[in-house]
Amino acid sequence: MMARMDEVDRRIINALQGGFPICPAPYAAAARTIGIDQDDLLQRLRRLRADGLLSRFGPMYHAEKLGGALTLAAMAVPEGRFDAVAEQVNAHREVAHNYAREHHLNMWFVLATEQATRIGEVIAEIEAETGLAVFNMPKQEEFFIGLRFEA
Amino acid sequence: MNAPDDIDRRIIVATQGGLPLVPEPYQAVADELGLAAEDVMARMQAMLDGGLIRRIGAVPNHYALGYRANGMSVWDVPDAAITELGKKIGALDFVSHCYHRPRHLPHWPYNLFAMVHGRDRDEVGEKVNRIAELMGVKDRGHQVLYSHRILKKTGMRFTG
Repeated sequence: MMARMDEVDRRIINALQGGFPICPAPYAAAARTIGIDQDDLLQRLRRLRADGLLSRFGPMYHAEKLGGALTLAAMAVPEGRFDAVAEQVNAHREVAHNYAREHHLNMWFVLATEQATRIGEVIAEIEAETGLAVFNMPKQEEFFIGLRFEA
Repeated sequence: MNAPDDIDRRIIVATQGGLPLVPEPYQAVADELGLAAEDVMARMQAMLDGGLIRRIGAVPNHYALGYRANGMSVWDVPDAAITELGKKIGALDFVSHCYHRPRHLPHWPYNLFAMVHGRDRDEVGEKVNRIAELMGVKDRGHQVLYSHRILKKTGMRFTG
């Protein structure tokens, strides 16, 4: 499943994880800094997207500053009920991500809501539907978010 | 910066899935929304300067790049040291997210979370050891929670 990438693809991924310009012809400007031409860059970006090496190319928005709210929540789900509870949790459209993790607290999900008050409501709904406690762990402080992956 | 207005929101909805891969992407967004390209660019620049846009560029799929192991490292550190430690840990190039979160005693003593990615669990384990070395005695206990199944991943979607 490791899609093919050459040296230029790696340079593109490593160089363009931020700082993409806002100007009339930004791909041409970005291509110049990488040392290729605009058409080559656009073709490669299309292929990297199609192959799934890039999940997106564009602006990353800051949910809280848009007026929304995010939280991380965890549950200890009995093994025999795991899939059924995952279904109940995932049915809420506010659940943006949900991961099974190896721990007593074995289900970890991110709630993203457009209104801050919705967070508490969704948690109460999930607790009522599943009969399980939800530990709410909203971030209290965010440190630098690097999120740069070396390709 | 001020809260986004209706036009900003339309731009957000139109671009949250990505910028068009065409030579003049801001013009393409402007055409779709019936705006001037200059207006789209000025508003996106203002959102970038104000932090509503964290950054613009490639969002790699770390699984596809070979970063298969994803360990959520969780740390119990003294509250008074958390900002200092968080800044230090968050600046490490192998930590993608670093947050101060509340404890839930007695079930959950950990107050600092650092997401560590690696090609396999050994690599994640080595990186977690480097964090522990940096923390020294302020590490009063830590664990690494590996994910073994993605149950849902739709991401945040703003409807404007």
